[in-house]
Amino acid sequence: MDLVCPAGNLPALKGAVDHGANAVYMGFRDDTNARSFPGLNFSEGNARDGIRYAHDKGTRVYVAINTYPQPGGFARWQAAVDHAAELGVDALIIADMAVLDYAMRAHPDLPRHLSVQGSASNYEAIRFYHEEFGVRRVVLPRVLSLSQVARVIDQVPVEVEVFGFGGLCVMVEGRCTLSSFATGQSPNSCGVCSPASAVRWTETEQGLESRLGELLIDRYGKGEHAGYPTICKGRYAVGDATYYAIEEPSSLNTLELLPELQAMGVRAIKIEGRQRSPAYVRQVAKVWREALDAVAHDPDGFTLRAEWLAALGKVAEGAQTTLGAYHRPWQ
Amino acid sequence: MTRAVPTLPRLTLGPVQYHWSRERLEAFYAEVAAGPAEVVYLGESVCSKRRALRLDDWLAFGEQLAEAGKEVVLSSLALIEAESELKALRRLCANGKFRVEANDIGAVRLLAEQGVPFVAGPAVNIYNQHTLALLARKGLTRWVMPFELSRATLAEILADAPEGVETEVTVYGRIPLAWSARCFTARHHNLPKDACDEVCERYPDGLLVRTREEEPFLAFNGIQTQSAQTYALAGEIADMAGLGVDLVRVYPQAEGTDAVLTAFVGLRDGQLAAGAAQEALEQRMPVGPCRGYWYGEPGIAAETKAVS
Repeated sequence: MDLVCPAGNLPALKGAVDHGANAVYMGFRDDTNARSFPGLNFSEGNARDGIRYAHDKGTRVYVAINTYPQPGGFARWQAAVDHAAELGVDALIIADMAVLDYAMRAHPDLPRHLSVQGSASNYEAIRFYHEEFGVRRVVLPRVLSLSQVARVIDQVPVEVEVFGFGGLCVMVEGRCTLSSFATGQSPNSCGVCSPASAVRWTETEQGLESRLGELLIDRYGKGEHAGYPTICKGRYAVGDATYYAIEEPSSLNTLELLPELQAMGVRAIKIEGRQRSPAYVRQVAKVWREALDAVAHDPDGFTLRAEWLAALGKVAEGAQTTLGAYHRPWQ
Repeated sequence: MTRAVPTLPRLTLGPVQYHWSRERLEAFYAEVAAGPAEVVYLGESVCSKRRALRLDDWLAFGEQLAEAGKEVVLSSLALIEAESELKALRRLCANGKFRVEANDIGAVRLLAEQGVPFVAGPAVNIYNQHTLALLARKGLTRWVMPFELSRATLAEILADAPEGVETEVTVYGRIPLAWSARCFTARHHNLPKDACDEVCERYPDGLLVRTREEEPFLAFNGIQTQSAQTYALAGEIADMAGLGVDLVRVYPQAEGTDAVLTAFVGLRDGQLAAGAAQEALEQRMPVGPCRGYWYGEPGIAAETKAVS
């Protein structure tokens, strides 16, 4: 299984390459990618330097062009595809059908991966993207159970990549507009979720309040850890109860599932977090490299090492990690 | 008034999003058969664990509504993961009688494979005219605009839309904002999803979620999260007709759907002024209105910088 690491900037890219990533994924500095955050992503010069650095060390580079263009902006997505091709990257990660179609026609030999933002949650959908747009790999939404992942792999003629570690979207990626409902900007339309420009922090008598636009997302008492006000991680009142109504703040960690993921034929493990620091990327890449080597060498003897968990625990978002949907018993 | 519009959009009734009992659905569709909706979408589009009705039951409703002169479309499940859900989807797509609204790309593939015309529901990500044209070549004959898109984007898409494709825009209903593998209604009741007791049946308009300042924000409908506010575009209908919108959609709610449909008929046919229609609609809403998405603003916005 390949290790695919996030590269939000050049130091993160180098960190991932130096610590054993088989591939890194990056975006350009605009809304053509789903982490269109201020100060993040690659200018043309940085991209050239990064790609050279990665290729010199045998690491592949993927470019995410995985938001949904509206008519007025379509030329920008075409330009991003052309630019990536010209830079000599190894694959494009795309969500929108029209962008896939353009990439296939303009650069037929450049591999296309279906982004998690494409929301292909079953093998019929994946077959469609393969048949129509020659998609070579699919990144599965973080809503499937392990047995569902196995079933998909059995039924599709493409490589399967799954998320292994990082922030956890509890909603199906590519099908969540909570952010634009509150702020006007969503991952699909603008490449941002709960954008920083809409965030407001206010110290009040009841505690520290976090808002998106006018909406109160959470309020923290003294000593409580205050998290970024992503809508799905807020505390709300439902009936008589006020609680994390959608999900507890936590992050995904599937390290212990590696033998199963390998046995079922998963082609690559994706680490989330292009918005995270280079230190995060180095730390996570290092642990996952060791773990992937261990499981490749001896799947039956694979055991979690305490130092891996300690290292990952230091960089995880929220207080706890979870197996996400992979280990749920229901279908 | 609105009589000068080029072609009056037809009025459609979207699928029931909530878990209603068989009795409730029977009474509801008897009323719909006698009511003003011209196109009716039927079926369970949210959660496969809701087992009150099977495909044959929905087909029976369809026959009844077709006899009453309605165009009937069967809506597919929006989130399909399990093999059992794919099996049900195949039966739906091969029903041989009614057109299908595909709410996921798996359904698109099955319908295209059979060579039958289909509708793409609002959960299919059609954000530009090129994607619309690609799907039209696979058999799409109608699309329902994703909620998040604005009037400005719609106008651009329709300026370059493929021939023979109808456009439908939602004008009334709580907005489906997200889908998940988890059930937030079951979570509220501390029930595991695999033993949920179909507890969402207790909330025929969804379960209200408020901020800690008691401001209505969302509504849990099982694995689907909706807006608490009801999307309502009343005064905008004439403009839509001018843009080339062929159909306008109303989503069912627990009470007063017939009155909502009647208000839209009055509005469309020039019998009811926009202000009066908006007022009539607001009286029927569980919480209150929103309409920001149409104006390119946060979806929750009720007061917008309205275009003339």
